[in-house]
Amino acid sequence: MTTHEVKLDINGSEHVVAVESRKTLADVIREDCSLTGTNVGCEHGVCGACTILLDGEPVRSCLLFAVQCEGMEVRTVEGLATADGLHPLQQAFSEHHALQCGFCTPGFLMLAVGALERDHDMSDDDVREVVTSNLCRCTGYQNITRAVMAAREVMP
Amino acid sequence: MTWVGHSQRRLEDPPLLSGVARFAADIEFSGQLHMRVVRSPMASGRIQALEISAAQDVPEVYAVWTSEDVVDIPPIGLRMTHLPELEQYRQPVLAHEFVRYVGEPVAVVFAEDAYTAEDGAGVVFADIDPGEPVLDVRRSGTFAPGVGNEAAVLHKETGDISAAFDAADHLVELELSVGRHSGVPMETRGALAWHDRSTGVLHMYGAAKVPHYNRAAIASMLGLHLNQVQLHEGHVGGGFGIRGELYPEDVLVCAAALRLGRPVRWIEDRREHLIAANHSRDQVHQVRAAVRSDGFILGIDDEFWLDQGAYVRTHGATVPDLTAAMLPGPYLVPAYRVVGHVVLTNKTPAGTYRSPGRFEGTFVRERLVDAVAHRLDLDPIAVRRTNLIPTEAMPFDRDVDALGTHVIYDSGDYTSLMDQTLQTIPPERLRSEAAALCSDEEVVGIGAAFFVEKSGLGPYDGVRVTVDESGGVEVVTGAASVGQGVETVVAQVCADALGVRPEAVRVVHGQTDRISHGMGAFASRVTAMTGSATHYAALAVRDKALSVAAEMLEAAIEDLVVENGTIGVRGSPGGPSVSLAEAAIAMSPVVRGGDGPAGLTAEEWFRSDRMSYPYGFHLAAVAVDPETGGCRVVKYVVAYDVGRAVNPQLVDGQLVGAAAQGIGGTLLEEFVYDDFGQPLASTFMDYLMPTAAEVPDVETLIFEEAPSPLNPLGVKGAGEGGLTASGAAIAAAIDDAIGSPLAVRRLPVTPNRLHDLIRALGDTT
Ligand code: FES
Ligand code: FES
Repeated sequence: MTTHEVKLDINGSEHVVAVESRKTLADVIREDCSLTGTNVGCEHGVCGACTILLDGEPVRSCLLFAVQCEGMEVRTVEGLATADGLHPLQQAFSEHHALQCGFCTPGFLMLAVGALERDHDMSDDDVREVVTSNLCRCTGYQNITRAVMAAREVMP
Repeated sequence: MTWVGHSQRRLEDPPLLSGVARFAADIEFSGQLHMRVVRSPMASGRIQALEISAAQDVPEVYAVWTSEDVVDIPPIGLRMTHLPELEQYRQPVLAHEFVRYVGEPVAVVFAEDAYTAEDGAGVVFADIDPGEPVLDVRRSGTFAPGVGNEAAVLHKETGDISAAFDAADHLVELELSVGRHSGVPMETRGALAWHDRSTGVLHMYGAAKVPHYNRAAIASMLGLHLNQVQLHEGHVGGGFGIRGELYPEDVLVCAAALRLGRPVRWIEDRREHLIAANHSRDQVHQVRAAVRSDGFILGIDDEFWLDQGAYVRTHGATVPDLTAAMLPGPYLVPAYRVVGHVVLTNKTPAGTYRSPGRFEGTFVRERLVDAVAHRLDLDPIAVRRTNLIPTEAMPFDRDVDALGTHVIYDSGDYTSLMDQTLQTIPPERLRSEAAALCSDEEVVGIGAAFFVEKSGLGPYDGVRVTVDESGGVEVVTGAASVGQGVETVVAQVCADALGVRPEAVRVVHGQTDRISHGMGAFASRVTAMTGSATHYAALAVRDKALSVAAEMLEAAIEDLVVENGTIGVRGSPGGPSVSLAEAAIAMSPVVRGGDGPAGLTAEEWFRSDRMSYPYGFHLAAVAVDPETGGCRVVKYVVAYDVGRAVNPQLVDGQLVGAAAQGIGGTLLEEFVYDDFGQPLASTFMDYLMPTAAEVPDVETLIFEEAPSPLNPLGVKGAGEGGLTASGAAIAAAIDDAIGSPLAVRRLPVTPNRLHDLIRALGDTT
């Protein structure tokens, strides 16, 4: 088994790991960096449970190999809350009951944070469009859409 | 304030939002092995040989097992609706001699990491002599030499069915079918077993739904005592009926942890999930109604075939039993007869999926009612009104059994719910709102369907409530949580009875080492059963606390109140008080002395031998593009009477989420097989789950007009009613859109099927 050294900046901390070239970014984040908040629901790029921010852009971490991300900046759900408390989007999710089992939640949070940071003034239609990117089996989506719209109003 | 009835924010949310939740794949033990299952590539055949040496040679592969390594482990038993004739169709943990569906476990590879285990599994060669697969429920075949593929025939009958047909003015007959789809939670299955040799106890993580039952089953299959096996439920990424049942993989990780002496972990991938976890639905019905000229249904005669797939799994005959028992639903139907055939085929085995048997039966019955209306040229709503069971007839004895309980609808005012819904959302308004959301190419249709659900299955649930000496409140229950909000709901009930805030209550569920018995979470039972047990246990703790506080405060018990965890004298705020913690200290064995029971704790068991029956009404508006056969649900309404809503926001969430699943099962989701029994929907690219683009805004109307007399809270389960009538309501809406009554007779209504229906219309006009 040949391994390669990869350096990742995850939520502001540097992680240097030795991994096989075939290992996905999702697995490396979860197993080698012990950040299990990012979930894996399909491993073929459809469900979006594994969505993270890579250099600020929402991506499916199951569709990337960790070795492709050398030196890049990764943000995961663990990085959203601060010492002051939950991120406004996390709060909005709770307030609007936008999660039931919560398995899809980290993916939706990172997807929406990425979208809202890129464009604070997303229209309602744009928010709806963004929410169609990921799958949730529990909520029927409307509370997720509401939560993202509510967070849009208060996000810094 | 009272907490029951309040939309309390969920206590579950913080860990789920911050990424510290522990789903099955988030748990690991040092030294763990990873298990990968080698699955049959063929739907049917005899195993000639399994070549495993190449896998054994893969570096870091630790062991490879075939059925020979597990000959001593019996097949997986039936948890529910057990009929003796089903025994012989149970699934072995690894295929022995025959394979019967694509995806059946034939071998397992254990390796140092998941990637290597997959490498090993990839080089196991299964030499299988292919057989002719049976893929049609109305074709007879053999399960094993001398054993046919009709596993059971169920029969339910009430009233005089032949008299009903003799007296009928009209006969209405239909063939209807519901496709194969399933729960498909976002978290795949997973299990991690660890044998603690220091105590001799085998632990399994990744349990869900029915941990206590599974503990007993695993212990018995592996020859252990119950106290040598403990199951632990962590966070669970959706249940919907399929998760938490005992599957071959659960038993294999446990056996391997014992025999290989290392922790063993198995995490399913999505393809495996779609071909190996329980499928559901998949029924064909031939149904006839005997009808009077005013639209009153004198009798229903139904024969159906359920495609059980390759084996009978833990649910036994649950789905056909419920289909048959609940078929007449909300209508009087003085006579009915149902014959249900449970047929084995070479597809993935089937079990329950949210609203099992009722989604199918409601589709059949409501289509039949629409057919009656069409035949007699009556308004479909008027026909429903003619047949609905009047509230004066409650409780209504259906005179059949379901899941071993007598079906007696406990309470309800069906007509009132239907009328109020139609007043709040008049059909014509729904139609015009839908039209506003359509493009020029699309045509609009609306449809409605009524249904009765069931909930609160017993026979028991037990809860222990304890206030510890630091004032912490803990509720321990044998129920389980599959992500629906159990902790919050139980905490609300406890908070009211005990006199604390819900946030102060810690709810422990799904841990077999914390309470001796538990029924788990299914059949919309937790709020009714566990909620009631919690209510009584918390009241008992409160009584104990009040009696010590009365001594300490030198006051009469009747004069005391508990608020926010503090016991004081009614009407004297700021006066002397005792905290629950102080009461607990006073009752501790150190302080208390004497022989009676110590501690501020109580355990109560709530028993019920009847189910409660919530009911509701769905309205759907669709937009159909006649050119493409595309169909969108543009508006959806769920009206549901839950007796009493402990947490209205969570009830709403259950109804909306279930409606989205109903839309999926009605329009998109289907496990399709080719002629060789190869599954064609084994990724999310071909098993189409609804995204936010396919789910419209769902409006819910939550009714509390008919509390259940069967439990102290008056609650009925809210878990399934958002789904039950969706197939029927959307089908009616599509008929309406394309102007062809009863066009939809088969679900799902995929674009190509709808396109064919529309083209056939063009041919006949
Ligand atoms: S796990 Fe990456 S998209 Fe599903
Ligand atoms: S909350 Fe369960 S999948 Fe979204």
